[in-house]
Amino acid sequence: MVKRTLQEKLAILSDAAKYDASCASSGGERRNSRDGGIGSTTGSGICHAYAPDGRCISLLKILMTNFCIYDCAYCVNRVSSNVERARFTPAEVVELTLEFYRRNYIEGLFLSSGIIKSPDDTMSDMVEIARSLREDHGFRGYIHLKTIPDAAPELIDAAGRHADRLSINVELPTDAGVEAYAPEKSPDQIRRAMADVRLRKEASRERSHTGKRAPKFAPAGQSTQMIVGADGATDSTILQSSTRLYSSYKLKRVYYSAFSPIPDSSAKLPLIKPPLMREHRLYQADWLLRFYGFDVGEIVANRPDGNLDLNVDPKLAWALANRHLFPVNVNLADREMLLRVPGIGTRSVGRILAARRHRALRYDDLRRMGANLKSAKAFITALDWTPRGLLDQDNLRARFAPEPEQLSLF
Amino acid sequence: MQRVDLPRIGTFAAWRDAARAHAAHGTPPEHLLWVREGDTSADLFATPAPPPEGGEITVPKRFVSLAKLAGHHADPERFALLYRLLTRLAAAPRLLDDRGDPLVDRLNRMAKEVGRDRHKMHAFLRFREVESTGRRHFAAWFEPSHPILEIATPFFADRFGDMNWSIFTPDMSAHFDGARVRFDDPVPRPDIGDDATEDLWRTYFRSIFNPARLKTKAMQAEMPKKYWANMPEAQDIPGLIARAETRAREMAEAAPSLPPLRASRIAVPPRPETADQFAAALSTCTRCDLCRHATQAVPGEGPADARLMLVGEQPGDQEDLAGRPFVGPAGKLLDRHLVEAAIDRDRVYLTNAVKHFKFRPQNKRRIHQTPNRTEVEHCRWWLDLERERVQPDLIVALGKTAALALTGNGDALLKRRGQFEATPDGTPVLITVHPSYLLRLPDPRLKAEEARAFTDDLAKARDHLAA
Repeated sequence: MVKRTLQEKLAILSDAAKYDASCASSGGERRNSRDGGIGSTTGSGICHAYAPDGRCISLLKILMTNFCIYDCAYCVNRVSSNVERARFTPAEVVELTLEFYRRNYIEGLFLSSGIIKSPDDTMSDMVEIARSLREDHGFRGYIHLKTIPDAAPELIDAAGRHADRLSINVELPTDAGVEAYAPEKSPDQIRRAMADVRLRKEASRERSHTGKRAPKFAPAGQSTQMIVGADGATDSTILQSSTRLYSSYKLKRVYYSAFSPIPDSSAKLPLIKPPLMREHRLYQADWLLRFYGFDVGEIVANRPDGNLDLNVDPKLAWALANRHLFPVNVNLADREMLLRVPGIGTRSVGRILAARRHRALRYDDLRRMGANLKSAKAFITALDWTPRGLLDQDNLRARFAPEPEQLSLF
Repeated sequence: MQRVDLPRIGTFAAWRDAARAHAAHGTPPEHLLWVREGDTSADLFATPAPPPEGGEITVPKRFVSLAKLAGHHADPERFALLYRLLTRLAAAPRLLDDRGDPLVDRLNRMAKEVGRDRHKMHAFLRFREVESTGRRHFAAWFEPSHPILEIATPFFADRFGDMNWSIFTPDMSAHFDGARVRFDDPVPRPDIGDDATEDLWRTYFRSIFNPARLKTKAMQAEMPKKYWANMPEAQDIPGLIARAETRAREMAEAAPSLPPLRASRIAVPPRPETADQFAAALSTCTRCDLCRHATQAVPGEGPADARLMLVGEQPGDQEDLAGRPFVGPAGKLLDRHLVEAAIDRDRVYLTNAVKHFKFRPQNKRRIHQTPNRTEVEHCRWWLDLERERVQPDLIVALGKTAALALTGNGDALLKRRGQFEATPDGTPVLITVHPSYLLRLPDPRLKAEEARAFTDDLAKARDHLAA
């Protein structure tokens, strides 16, 4: 095979990595390089650019290699695909990361890989890259490593000491889906790997009997990704699966990735237009579960097919289905109920609670506090505002849903 | 009308000093005109006046952080507005809580705009390497919407500790030498030269874009066009957008390639004989639904020739994560009681009636749920295999679920505790409570009593084996 240039490798191995949705560089500890080395983390992450697909580019997201011995039907890098293959040396990845970093292109590295030879070989190369960045170059930026479920425990341990975040993709929302489309992967093993990361992270927080702290382990926690729309799982199944993952393994994030066309697709899994709106609704529902006190049952309660309404967001859909609980008086309602009002987010709720200690709130106050009154006005009362008949109108939903598409004559 | 002149470098600090002095002396806001060096709207008729001497005032901490951001806004009224708020705070110190107040709201909005502008500068500024001797040197030209260079540089100094850098903006420039940041007057846009790494970066930008997900509005909402001129990758955007649809269509139209033939992977697992085989077979168990939610099946642990077997209910949160029985809080309590009853844990085989953790997710926690009779029945297949392999002389049933699994009798437990019953094949079973029952008792006196009774039960098991 002809030797590829660094630029060619970069093109192939970033193309191969783009189906991973995660790019967060947030969470974890704050670091800087005032006393040497290079790099900092601020705790909140920075998106250094946006691609025309609307996705943020925060980390250098690449595969170490896209050679892979697995045959996952949804994956562009599966062994049976005819895409071009390449492999970085660890030194090349280290150099690219540092040079991009110095020019303020990125927050750090998100390294993933196809499986070559064996899981341990692949994982130890990835760990070596992270080690070299940290120890040889004093790199204090962000590192996210995708761990390989069946790699040896000491490699996972080393990965966690160098990386800010670890992740393992559950790939598909149901075990049956994984078994059908990712025959070499085992849902069981993926869960055990996530359990292991949680235990190691918790152990790293405990002091030993001498009072010494164990070395930090993945301070920004772990995350995972599910592909949406490749198998038949409904949104209800997907959200139940996320709730389980959040509660079992203390995940920081579950990413939903709309199944996207790949070059050289597999006959087992026909291509579809990526369900971007569905993906968006799932993220909204995920937020409701984590920050707004909703549970899955409520969100999908009125959906006969188990899928979220694509036309209106899940919070509004819930409010429309539970109109008997509204209108809510913004001057009296408790935090839990305010959080359930469409158009009022966690921040606005905080501002409302702070301001109403001093005086009663009016409609215009809410606007200034960041509430989206187009959504909220039918569901609230304020000192100078009541929705009157608005809430009872049969066509209330139509005010929010997009216009039906005009059918064309055939 | 008095004019207060503020310098270009260190504007905010100068404003703070002057505002503090004027506020302490009660100068009304409408008597002051704040003018920063370089501001065009200066009123030449107002007389410049030095601020009065001395004076102390206190303000909420939040005002300082609000002022620091809003004070770097490009709006020429920024200092007048801030001073007005400062004078109102004396009478109403809680005013900042009220985001409904128009002045508080306006300044908060200005602060937010400045914060956003600073954030975008941290994100979108692009360094190019320039020639240097010694430490590597990088330089950038950036055009923020507000005069924010002074509050934007600490980020770069934190981040790029081992290199020198210079940042030029239309309002001011800054230079870092590893120790401190030096600010300087603005210079006309310098020619920074080329940097070969930009080609690699543009390659990355083009390759990471997924043409099947074109969403240009989302891109522009976060990365407005005004920043594009100074970002090397932005010149590729129009071409990427233009070809996206064709590329997506080509992917969809390309016929799927044929996967290679693969040998079928069907293998029937043999009946497990050793502990390893047992664990391997158990890990693939799908007899009931619990396997879909739990992390893993947790097999028993202990010597194969153990004379005593302890059977609990099911793995808990910690056991589920670790894959080992009795490692959580209840397990630790059990350990203490075993020590008190003079039983060596290493000589005991510990297992559970049900091998998967049954729970209900609640927010970010997992709430234990008692397995139902069907689940217990299904899982007895595994418990029986363990009993067959270990052949203990005595089994202790910890709690009702274990008692049900071992004896087939799920009646109330407290009436039966401390008594010997038997499995259908005749192995004696001593019934007692589960250690987690002790953990749940709220009344300390009852807890102590029950703990004693539990140790007694364990001691009874020890005596039975010794006899």
